[in-house]
Amino acid sequence: MIRIQQENFDIGAELEALVKTNHKVGGLCSFVGLVRDMADDETIGAMTLEHYPAMTVKALEKIEAEANQRWPLEASLIIHRYGRLAPGDRIVLVATASAHRKDAFESCEFLIDWLKTEAPFWKLEESKAGSRWVAARESDDQASQRWTETTDVSVKARKT
Amino acid sequence: MKLLYFAWLREKIGTAEEEISPPETVQTVAELLDWLKNRGENYESALADLSVVRVAVNQNYVKLDSPVASEDEVALFPPVTGG
Repeated sequence: MIRIQQENFDIGAELEALVKTNHKVGGLCSFVGLVRDMADDETIGAMTLEHYPAMTVKALEKIEAEANQRWPLEASLIIHRYGRLAPGDRIVLVATASAHRKDAFESCEFLIDWLKTEAPFWKLEESKAGSRWVAARESDDQASQRWTETTDVSVKARKT
Repeated sequence: MKLLYFAWLREKIGTAEEEISPPETVQTVAELLDWLKNRGENYESALADLSVVRVAVNQNYVKLDSPVASEDEVALFPPVTGG
């Protein structure tokens, strides 16, 4: 399930709802991304997330489908927020549920790694020095590329 | 052709979206970007370093040699930083 929204989400309620009626689930894994108050020694006052709505939905659905192909998942959830957020605010929730923990752990990590390099979101950080668009990290590309050895070609195609 | 710009590309170019009609000689993404660069200093500066420009045609990532057509939605944006 994919949700892109401005409003906050309740982590406990979301996780509970995801597995409530499915008792084949033996393990539920989640990742929550939060707004930090520091970036490169600058104090961050706020962060604005911009996105490309039509493509965001497509990209996240594709990423989720890929995870479901690679691991035997009973349930999966991606919630990503956009708009202006403050330090400590939640940005993203990724959750995967499976019969066994290994599949849940791996697929959860896969989803957040891929999301970071594929989903069309951009962060604008506000500090006393002004506003600054966050640059993509090489380490995020490497984290994502770890997963490309097997099937998908979209990451390679992106590197033009 | 509908063009969309995001993040600092939107700021540098000065608009979030526009309808354009490139000449028939523009058949690929690379040709489109070359044509756009000649539309003004704002485009030239935004597209000066293509290593930090990603392109999506109809919401899918594409390479520079991919074809573009008049009915396409083409989006230009920096490498993504969500999550």
